Amino acid sequence: MQFGLSEEQILLQDNVKRFLNDNASLDQVRKYAEGGSDADVWAGLAELGVAAILIPEEHGGIGMTPLDAAIVAECLGNNVAPGPFLGSAVMAPTALIASGGDHGEMLAQLAAGTHRVGIAFGEAIKRRNNAGIQVSNGIMNGTSLFAFDAIADSYLVADQNKHLYMVSADDTGLTRTLLTTVDKTRQTVELNYKDVTATCISTNVSVFEAALDIGRVMLAADTLGASQDMLDQAVDYAKQREQFNRPIASFQAVKHMCAEMAASLEPCRSMVWFAAHALADLPDEARATACHTKAHLSEVGKAIAKTSTEVHGGMGFTDLVGLHYWFKRIGANRQWLGAPEHVRHEAAILQGLVA
Amino acid sequence: MDLSFGSEYDEFRVEVQSFLANNAHKAPKGNDLRGQTAKDWQKLLIENGYTARTIPKEFGGFGAEPDILKSRIIAEEFSNLRVNTGLGGQGISMLVPTLLEMGTQEQKEQFIRPTIHGEMIWCQGYSEPGAGSDLASLTTSAVLDGDEWVVNGQKIWTSTAHIADWIFCLVRTEPDAPKHKGISFLLFDMKTPGIEIRPLVDMTGAANFNETFYTDVRLPKHQIVGERGQGWQVANAILGHERETLAPANTAQTRINTLIELMKADTADGERLIDNPVYRDRLMKIQGHVMAMRFNELRVLSARLNPGQDAGLSRMITKLEGTELRHELEGLAIDVMGEIGLAYEDNPHLRNTGSWQREYMYYLGLIIGGGTSQIQKNIISERGLDMPREPKIEKSR
Repeated sequence: MQFGLSEEQILLQDNVKRFLNDNASLDQVRKYAEGGSDADVWAGLAELGVAAILIPEEHGGIGMTPLDAAIVAECLGNNVAPGPFLGSAVMAPTALIASGGDHGEMLAQLAAGTHRVGIAFGEAIKRRNNAGIQVSNGIMNGTSLFAFDAIADSYLVADQNKHLYMVSADDTGLTRTLLTTVDKTRQTVELNYKDVTATCISTNVSVFEAALDIGRVMLAADTLGASQDMLDQAVDYAKQREQFNRPIASFQAVKHMCAEMAASLEPCRSMVWFAAHALADLPDEARATACHTKAHLSEVGKAIAKTSTEVHGGMGFTDLVGLHYWFKRIGANRQWLGAPEHVRHEAAILQGLVA
Repeated sequence: MDLSFGSEYDEFRVEVQSFLANNAHKAPKGNDLRGQTAKDWQKLLIENGYTARTIPKEFGGFGAEPDILKSRIIAEEFSNLRVNTGLGGQGISMLVPTLLEMGTQEQKEQFIRPTIHGEMIWCQGYSEPGAGSDLASLTTSAVLDGDEWVVNGQKIWTSTAHIADWIFCLVRTEPDAPKHKGISFLLFDMKTPGIEIRPLVDMTGAANFNETFYTDVRLPKHQIVGERGQGWQVANAILGHERETLAPANTAQTRINTLIELMKADTADGERLIDNPVYRDRLMKIQGHVMAMRFNELRVLSARLNPGQDAGLSRMITKLEGTELRHELEGLAIDVMGEIGLAYEDNPHLRNTGSWQREYMYYLGLIIGGGTSQIQKNIISERGLDMPREPKIEKSR
């Protein structure tokens, strides 16, 4: 019995961390947020095998596990790094593989990091005003709001029946409108479909669910990384900042805020590990665990985002220390693929607790 | 990541399950430490290695090699069926491990067998009115007079003192030494002249605690564990372990399941409680938190099995998180029941024997006892996050 990361996984973590510290520092994240490109970061990550992480070797991938992917997601959250990891390296490959269809060509391109797939799942989870998709005879009409990994070559779209379709960014009937959100470390887009050609990936709901579940666990892992970094930044800041002739880290009021962050976050690490492991190895528990993990990390992350900002005092509120990128990243992870109340409701349904 | 225990352990689990299937009906209900049923059950558990498992045979235990996974399986199976896991109390949970680690051969022979068989009940004399969170400032004294220690002072929160046969007690024996180095760990008979016990009723209505007073209490010189002045280390040898086990996640898991059953069975305006979306969301929120704590415990367990694995702060946070979570869980059950949630003691409308109110208050007690939540936060920030201690205030006289 061994509950934790293997030596290989720790090595993977170190490699990705080192790369991101060199290539996705706060300065570089800031440049991206102000309109820069994530092409270099993604190319570098693809070189490390990150784009290929879940894709089988026969399609040019390295066939690793959801837990390995969660380790990467945590590192990305740590640095609030840009890049299409969630859509192109995790959710799209998972759906394509689970569909059982012949998608070798796209998988190979995804593995190489040369093709990007954005994710438009919002309407299958909770359809909001002015959104909704109709598909008949392979033709898609309607609107997807808040698709993520916005700048893409294709979009994986789920309709209200949880059927999955792929549409090409080049389709003349597709209008893409970038949406400004608080989180500028990743881009969001509104997709309007007018007689767009939609390639059906699967009408089997379990394919949609496979992509959704792993997406939720990855968002939780991203929040884990971002929250850990906010905690670390708060502790470091408190040790340096002096008031009343001593470091504020020596005041119990400040120490207890940090201890509360640490105490709530530490079990989250085990929860993310377990949830990722369950996706591959414990199918009976995987779905409800993914819901609970998404919800719990969202709640803990939200509290840490607030508390860490407060520990930084006025500086936390400014753009100077850039802490707000983490605050907003955690906030975005919370809303995507089902906000806490929604995923907890799903967890209850999965246990048969809803009449 | 490997969550399997292996085939040897699967067989062991079956063995435990079949023991429980054949014997669970013999288990006592409730917590009567003195009852014959409890003692008989304890004896049966020791004979089968389900309690006192690693205590050597020569001291009355089962004498197995330490095996963390087997202990875990026993705990899980007993908890799943909600079967009594044998006698507890501070003698068994704290003194016996302390004696095994720091006691003399004579002390082990004299005390361990009767203690684990429920024939010798102990109380713990640590806290004092003036020494709570700052335990090391305790002032109850012991002075050597010939071959005897003479103890004077007062202790508080002395659980089970009213039924205890003996006490293990921290006293100041070296008044001139620094505070942590002036303490000794003594053992003595509670029937010794000079001991007065006053019950201290707690908010649950129970009187498990006592105030105890010691006036010229005399005991033989050799009834000391460790050397003079070593009492602080002796006591701390196992204190950390106590904190980790105060609110285990598998018990919280059992309570969540009981609460779900209650919320399916009870109705309000003809609607099952579980069908109220607000209550259900609160339930799910706590269930998710309990889940996180279960996986945290798996990590702690794994780090024990695989030395070298980084456990992070997973052990340090369990007392704080576990007790606060249980208090919240029990409180939710009270909320969903409305007025029925108030039922207590002999009320005919009790649900689950009134355990929700009792445990709600009991866990508030545990949030305070065993190192308060605030002390836990000091420990986490100072030892876990390497933040500086609060500067000492100079006395102004």
